[in-house]
Amino acid sequence: MNDENLLQSEVLVSRREHAESWLRETIERLAQKGINWGRANSLFMYPFVTACCGMEFMSVSGPRYDIARFGAEFPRFSPRQADLLWVVGTISQKQAPILKRVWEQMCEPKWAIAFGACASTGGFYDNYTTVQGADQVIPIDVYIPGCPPRPEQVLDGLRLLQNKIFQEKGRVMA
Amino acid sequence: MAQHVLDKLQARFGNVILATHNNLGNETALIEATRLREIALFLRDDKEMVFNMPIDCTAVDWFNKREVRFEVVYHIYSTTHKQRLRLKIDVSENDCSCPSLTLVWPGMNWHEREVWDMYGIRFIGHPNLKRVLLYEEFQGHPLRKDYPLTKRQPLMEMRNVPEVPTQIAPPPSVLNQP
Repeated sequence: MNDENLLQSEVLVSRREHAESWLRETIERLAQKGINWGRANSLFMYPFVTACCGMEFMSVSGPRYDIARFGAEFPRFSPRQADLLWVVGTISQKQAPILKRVWEQMCEPKWAIAFGACASTGGFYDNYTTVQGADQVIPIDVYIPGCPPRPEQVLDGLRLLQNKIFQEKGRVMA
Repeated sequence: MAQHVLDKLQARFGNVILATHNNLGNETALIEATRLREIALFLRDDKEMVFNMPIDCTAVDWFNKREVRFEVVYHIYSTTHKQRLRLKIDVSENDCSCPSLTLVWPGMNWHEREVWDMYGIRFIGHPNLKRVLLYEEFQGHPLRKDYPLTKRQPLMEMRNVPEVPTQIAPPPSVLNQP
């Protein structure tokens, strides 16, 4: 085998490697896109309702505002079947370990939304009994302000979360 | 409305009724703690009284305003005669206890537990005097005026959250997602 042939075979190998990595990346990208699309549009939610915001949550999930239009159809009443935790209402110090435990029972991938002023910051309850925001207990993805928030705000918050899910990378095999 | 109740109480118990007033139609009797249960039984069982419904039990903290710091307040109602009555008992800070009326009106059970929870007033003779709203690990009684307003006693370690969370720029258009 002369030098020229050797050189040519090296070029071929490198081209082949390049093609393989390109193929792998493309498949991963497409798979990520497809999986993100599926995850964003079929959020199974777990409503952790502790206070009056629950009424507004019922309104959002009822037929008039109909959160099911965005794929968040089904409230699951076991955290083990859910992947979106709605923290709806005031979290008291006594409630905090329960919230943490509910969050830990959920399977990856999972997201959390703080619904209303109390869940986001503690609201106007700056006293001995209230946790100043559910993010002191679990990581929160989207904060929805309002006391209580309008259903439109809630839907906007859900769309924000969906957009975040669409932009996710590296969580394919999470 | 129920002035005759106060009159009858005073006629029957005399000096045990320390004071009465009828401010804005709220008949109130200030009572000596030692004979509270006897008076309560009379109010429940006497044919002209029949105060058969416990409405509420609460307390007032007169921190730095009165010599006797606490005041326990019972609200009762008669469904037969449609009349209301308030009973008040002074409770000093050193003693901090009051006879329980749970045996007279079982409905007072949780109300008295709440007063114990929030003010730390012990009810003598209560069958199950423990905290009703707060957790057992809580130190102190939060509705006392000398409890610091924002002193928190978390049950678990809190996450470290920065005051201002990192702002993520919103996507160009939420409505036109890919």
